[in-house]
Amino acid sequence: MGFADFAFYLFAIVVVTAGLLVVVSRNPVHSVLWLILAFLSSAGLFVLLGAEFVAMLMIIVYVGAVAVLFLFVVMMLDVDFAELRGELAKFVPLAGLIGVILLMELALVFGTWTGAENAAALRDAVTPALEETQNTAALGQLIYTKYIYLFQAAGLILLVAMIGAIVLTLRHRPDIKRQNVLSQIYRDPAEQMELKDVKPGQGL
Amino acid sequence: MIGLEHYLTVAAALFVIGIFGIFVNRKNVIIILMSIELMLLAVNINFVAFSSYLGDLTGQVFTLFVLTVAAAEAAIGLAILVCFFRTRGSIAVEDVNVMKG
Repeated sequence: MGFADFAFYLFAIVVVTAGLLVVVSRNPVHSVLWLILAFLSSAGLFVLLGAEFVAMLMIIVYVGAVAVLFLFVVMMLDVDFAELRGELAKFVPLAGLIGVILLMELALVFGTWTGAENAAALRDAVTPALEETQNTAALGQLIYTKYIYLFQAAGLILLVAMIGAIVLTLRHRPDIKRQNVLSQIYRDPAEQMELKDVKPGQGL
Repeated sequence: MIGLEHYLTVAAALFVIGIFGIFVNRKNVIIILMSIELMLLAVNINFVAFSSYLGDLTGQVFTLFVLTVAAAEAAIGLAILVCFFRTRGSIAVEDVNVMKG
């Protein structure tokens, strides 16, 4: 067993174990941490497959953004998670049944699955040789030429998601004091201040 | 030698775990969102495995788009969750049907 095989089995076992612990963990913070471990090991699998760019993107986008977003929300919401987890055991038989059925279906497909004869001829964008073009450069050449419209659409999706998330979570709170710049600018010294001539010994 | 089938097996296991997580955590929306992320991760593993073994870069390009949609979905889902928590004070899935209208 070479080093690549050993690395594959290590990453595969870690990713499946971490995935299982994500769904059965009692504490949601631990779930998020297991999710991060699953993403990191899947990035390792991608490196083994020769897709370095996707692997690095996995670490940056999933671990750096999505998992931190999850962690942020878990910490921010003041939820009694122990209460939510209380009925976990009740759903295990049904969930296990559905999981086993799905796994059996996938195994059936796996048993009869064969690749098409002309699969190699049907390739849309043949991977260039690693000596000529590296993975990242080859992907860039493909994304910015052939898939440029899809790439722009992906950017639009992210923009819409950003605006949507801001609109959903933004709230105007009337009970707190905040700075009103316009009213500050329009303040007139003559109206705000009054000079009184106070006589000595009399007061106002 | 590690073949395509090894990667497909890992992805299938991860996908089934994601389905299992959705059904076993019927109340906790955050874990359900994480399970969806796991399923999308399984899909990504399939895409990259086929891309690598067939020598076709399109699979990796598609992975980028799946990644984009997954990130957008997580952001919107968590925003809805925060919004829902502010009005209801809980994140239990059973209470979601009061959002009618």
